[in-house]
Amino acid sequence: MTALLELEGVDKAFGTVRVLRGVDFTVQAGRVVALAGENGAGKSTLMKIITGIYHRDAGEMRLRGKEVQFTTARQSMDAGIAMIHQELNLLPALSVGENIFLGREPVDRMGRIRWSEIERETRHWLGTLQQQIDPWTETGKLSIAQQQMVEIARALSMQAEIIIMDEPTDALTDIETQILFDVVEKLRGEGKGLVFISHRLGEIFRMCDDVAVLRDGNMVHQGPVSEIDEDGLIRHMVGRELSDQYPYVPAEPADIRLKVDHLVAPGVRDVSFEARAGEVVGFAGLVGAGRTELGKAIYGANPAQSGSIEIDGQPTQLRSPRDGVSAGIGYVTEDRKLEGLIQAHGLRQNLSLSGLFRFTNTTGHIDKRAERAEVTRYINAFSVKTHGIDAVISQLSGGNQQKVSIAKSLVAQPRILILDEPTRGVDVGAKREIYQLINELKAEGLCILLLSSDMPELMGISDRILVMSNGLLTGSFARDEADQEAIMRCTVAGLEEARVG
Amino acid sequence: MNAKGFIRENIPLFGLILLMAAVSLYSPNFLTVDNLLNILRQTSINAIIAMGMTFVILTAGIDLSVGSILAFAGAVCASMIAVDTPLIVALLTTIAIGAALGMASGTIVAFFGVQAFIATLVAMTMVRGLVLVYTDGRPISTGDFDVANSFYEIGGGYVAEIPVPVIIAALAFLICWYVLNHTQFGRYVYAIGGNEQVARLAGVNVARVKLIVYATSGALSALAGIILTARLESAQPTAGMAYELDAIAAVVLGGTSLAGGRGRITGTLIGALIIGVLNNALNIMDVSSYYQQIAKGAVILLAVVADGRSKASSR
Ligand SMILES: Nc1ncnc2c1ncn2[C@@H]1O[C@H](COP(=O)(O)OP(=O)(O)OP(=O)(O)O)[C@@H](O)[C@H]1O
Ligand SMILES: [Mg+2]
Repeated sequence: MTALLELEGVDKAFGTVRVLRGVDFTVQAGRVVALAGENGAGKSTLMKIITGIYHRDAGEMRLRGKEVQFTTARQSMDAGIAMIHQELNLLPALSVGENIFLGREPVDRMGRIRWSEIERETRHWLGTLQQQIDPWTETGKLSIAQQQMVEIARALSMQAEIIIMDEPTDALTDIETQILFDVVEKLRGEGKGLVFISHRLGEIFRMCDDVAVLRDGNMVHQGPVSEIDEDGLIRHMVGRELSDQYPYVPAEPADIRLKVDHLVAPGVRDVSFEARAGEVVGFAGLVGAGRTELGKAIYGANPAQSGSIEIDGQPTQLRSPRDGVSAGIGYVTEDRKLEGLIQAHGLRQNLSLSGLFRFTNTTGHIDKRAERAEVTRYINAFSVKTHGIDAVISQLSGGNQQKVSIAKSLVAQPRILILDEPTRGVDVGAKREIYQLINELKAEGLCILLLSSDMPELMGISDRILVMSNGLLTGSFARDEADQEAIMRCTVAGLEEARVG
Repeated sequence: MNAKGFIRENIPLFGLILLMAAVSLYSPNFLTVDNLLNILRQTSINAIIAMGMTFVILTAGIDLSVGSILAFAGAVCASMIAVDTPLIVALLTTIAIGAALGMASGTIVAFFGVQAFIATLVAMTMVRGLVLVYTDGRPISTGDFDVANSFYEIGGGYVAEIPVPVIIAALAFLICWYVLNHTQFGRYVYAIGGNEQVARLAGVNVARVKLIVYATSGALSALAGIILTARLESAQPTAGMAYELDAIAAVVLGGTSLAGGRGRITGTLIGALIIGVLNNALNIMDVSSYYQQIAKGAVILLAVVADGRSKASSR
């Protein structure tokens, strides 16, 4: 049987940086192949070569045995290849329906767009994913997870033969991930060829038939999932053993650093809690539970409507992110592309933006030497894969962008750190580095709020877990009494309450 | 950086050199000290306005009101000089008025979320109206007091053979360059144009930065108005008409993106010089003023396309 899609000896370099070296890769009909590898290994690049966004320097590509050469994404789409991109590619000002049919709107003979068809189809494809989103909602108003579901719906609506999913789950919680997997199951049954990229290795073993591993641009392993275990996979990815994915260090909590009292803000109905210096407080919850909104309210990005916030015993008014930064709060957004980093600017400018005051004297002059030294320190501490401090963010791999986004908030030396999905798109090795960093910061006495949809991560790293649902706190667990079942029950508790109340 | 990269980064500069080489081949009178100084003097007004425009465009805005502010500032300044106001008082008041007018459109942009194009279009119309009301549609002479003579020096004087406007423009350039490249404020200007939401979430006071940016543009327009008025020894109610277009052209020729966040003030200076050289060359070559417009447009188009090409090919 010939493979659906076959790549052989693919090379790709950006300038002088070689990103792919002689890569072979196969997609079979009716199978899901996982593509694993560290941040910057070249996974997205390889996929973009398949879809014609990048052009390969050497190598062959055969679709159903026939040599093909796509020069635009459009051509690959017409040839039956759809891709869900790692970075969201939706236009926030357009409606969901318009986004899904962007560039391929159904028109009648007069060239008029058939809106009713767009509406019907959009409902249908979102329905397959069990999403009750109105087709005319402005896309920018949706949560990141919902937007991700819209991306997936767009790819499904193309009814392609080959569907490439570049980290589709990194913004999803367990529930949506399960929905996606059910859909993938169905597509596999229909004989489609699927490529699945994820840094959540558990998902690879749950979902995929084959796995291919890229390391530094070389394809180092390819074979059935059943013949490898997680440790083996990690060994292929990082080239060495990696033990203890969640290196927890017990906390020595000190005084109360943050006291939130009856806080009401957009998406937050009434929340009170305390967090201590030297403590990691995890926040669990479903999409739309109000965790991101709570984080933004504490930071000052969505000012509170009522209630109070005390930091180190001082009542604090936070009306803007500027107030948040001055009060010693660091905030890492879940949406690095639109809210975290300036894509067209360099690492240096991005990293120092929040903490610029540290390198600035009273006349506003920036000490560029000090800035460069500090920025370089963080790039090294996070092992960001880049060719210099002036490299442009959009040229970094997704995981490396995420590292920069976290480092950026630390440059301002905060006392309180709010991390919203901090390991989105980060590879196993780097995840562990980030956890270790969280431990270090904790030991230095930072108060850390960890908002995460990754349950093992939440339970592995937090000292305490609070559960949010529907804008309310519905549960609180000490580290040793936290169990997944009980937490899951709390995540839906507020929904019941809302329905009753 | 390799040679190819260097050329790609400096397309405007090479454009200017190429243009000058071509003109000097055609006309031996072009590359003379006198003519070059003449070009610099003629360029200085547009260069000063374009520097303020650079700040605005870097924040992803635009300022259409520069010409009107130039005219109003000139009129106010002329009438102050005409009643023997001490020079320094007249100059500072005029610049302050320019800054205040700029800040007015800045307020509309920053706090009411009105698009810069609309806000400054309104300002352009209203301030021009203000000029007509203030001057009653007639030129205002700077008068016969002694102060008028010192005032003239600002536009028509020389220091060691160099025209005073050129010196003023050079100083303005150095200050703008320093601010954009070495200060926190400059960083914030770029950040806002790069992604306003990211800047806001990083703790940048976006509204305040925008206010200062528009105020700067207004103040520099007023400065340009002072120079023009001084040189002519009178303020014209129609002064500065369409100057915003030359300023925007200079910024764009200098490689600054109208989408904001990317560009350099050195580029703007070069852009202004390209326009200056072009005007001068077309005059030397005796091209009719009707054709001059067409030629100018063509060169701008060519330069912008070349710049865009080289940037696209670096991907
Ligand atoms: N447009 C580009 N210009 C220059 N370098 C690039 C460009 N795109 C990617 N790279 C570089 O190529 C390498 C591979 O990037 P790629 O995005 O393929 O990694 P990835 O395996 O998808 O990583 P991640 O898991 O973080 O998403 C990285 O070092 C990245 O910096
Ligand atoms: Mg990637």
